[in-house]
Amino acid sequence: MISYDFVQELADKATKKGKCISALVLADQALQMERSQQDLIEEMNKSLQVMAEAASKGLNSGSKSASGLSGGDALKMKQAIHAGQSLGGMVLSETLAKALAIAEVNACMGRIVAAPTAGSCGIIPAVLLTLKEAYDLTEAQVVMSLFTAAGLGMVIAKKASISGAEGGCQAECGSAAAMAAAAAVELMGGTPQMSAHACAIALKSVLGLVCDPVAGLVEVPCVKRNASGAANALIAAEMALAGIESVIPVDEVIAAMKAIGDAMPKTLKETAEGGLADTPTAKKMAREIFR
Amino acid sequence: MNVFDIIGPIMVGPSSSHTAGAVRIGKIARAVSGGQPATVTIELFGSFAQTYKGHGTDKAIIAGLLGMAPDDERIKDSLALARELGMAFKFKKSSNKAFHPNTALIMATDSQGKKTIVQGSSVGGGRIMVNRINEINVKFNGEYYTLLVPHHDTPGMIAAVTNLLADQGINIAEMNMYRSQRGGEAMMVIETDQAVNEELVSLIEAVNSVKKAVLIKPIY
Repeated sequence: MISYDFVQELADKATKKGKCISALVLADQALQMERSQQDLIEEMNKSLQVMAEAASKGLNSGSKSASGLSGGDALKMKQAIHAGQSLGGMVLSETLAKALAIAEVNACMGRIVAAPTAGSCGIIPAVLLTLKEAYDLTEAQVVMSLFTAAGLGMVIAKKASISGAEGGCQAECGSAAAMAAAAAVELMGGTPQMSAHACAIALKSVLGLVCDPVAGLVEVPCVKRNASGAANALIAAEMALAGIESVIPVDEVIAAMKAIGDAMPKTLKETAEGGLADTPTAKKMAREIFR
Repeated sequence: MNVFDIIGPIMVGPSSSHTAGAVRIGKIARAVSGGQPATVTIELFGSFAQTYKGHGTDKAIIAGLLGMAPDDERIKDSLALARELGMAFKFKKSSNKAFHPNTALIMATDSQGKKTIVQGSSVGGGRIMVNRINEINVKFNGEYYTLLVPHHDTPGMIAAVTNLLADQGINIAEMNMYRSQRGGEAMMVIETDQAVNEELVSLIEAVNSVKKAVLIKPIY
């Protein structure tokens, strides 16, 4: 049995057994849930299908949310890609487009997979689905990598938080990026220890990020933060795969995130009372939306 | 907690804590009150109170009370649907800071006038914690088959009820006893690893000193 108290425990056990983190988590979860591994793979595969549907829906719809605050940005990104305008290369541009797309579907009360939350639902699928296309990975490989993401996410949820109301945006988009980075490392052939470093690197980049949604809606800045979270995951994975290590061990980074979340004022934890939500433009928009 | 609490649920947006978690709290209230209530008053606390309109928390709680699952695409139309189905509802905002930031207190009344109170908090990623049933403070998350067994506080109650579960090979994952005062109203909350059926609920209700028991199936 795995305690899910430490990411390092996952990396060490996987390394010792010569397995991927995903295989370790899958075997453990099948035992704990008294279900077959195949059954869990099938359920995870359903989530991957919903993720892919949401990405494709968001890339093609261009429709606005009920509030009018978001919508249409994924389409703009897609058009820029088609026009050959990509600064950071196709993998990055495609990842941004999918992250925007899925987050926009969420804002429109469409179907998505919380990963780990709805507010951060675009990050993990954008990274993994883009890598799948770019590197001809199989669906089965991507499904497995979701178990790695989930295993690390369980530790973060247990030791810190994955809720914006409890820990700010670092706990939502930060956790999603950390999970996506670890999964991406595994998908691209990195070691379990590299996944742990990627998780730490991604999380460190957004420590302190507050949750300050305009009018309390999961739209501004959330949709674009999904794009930046996905990019954060990619750069953390890239560094970890190059052998770069996090100086602060991953579990200490998670503990730091918890302490920062606890110290964060309530106005900056999904209450729409501070930060961007408290700017003149945001307040004007909120008044117009709820008129 | 398992992997599908983290990658999942499959749900309708926009917020796992404010939409999917809220549907689940509504569903628990529906189960405890024994079906669709005639009228409900919902008091919202903290971030729920501040942002419920934007996140569709009101629509989500009502959808749960109507029996919808968190991935039901009708959630965005639930308020109109409730009116059609004859369920009257009212929302109140509270500034009481003693509660978890995402808390809803649901007061439901059925057509016979029986009142039920359910208070739950959405703790992130769509997961919830139920913290009050009627006058008793409890703590369970709705992820297991959950039996609520209200009874009069007398000796031997736990043995009588748990023996019935043991007879059917049902393992208890977690169990707690709560009481208002010694010899007063009490409640057992039993979460099980295996499925519990209605027949077992009837057997439990036949135990002396037990009032009506409630079975809550895992909320997805």
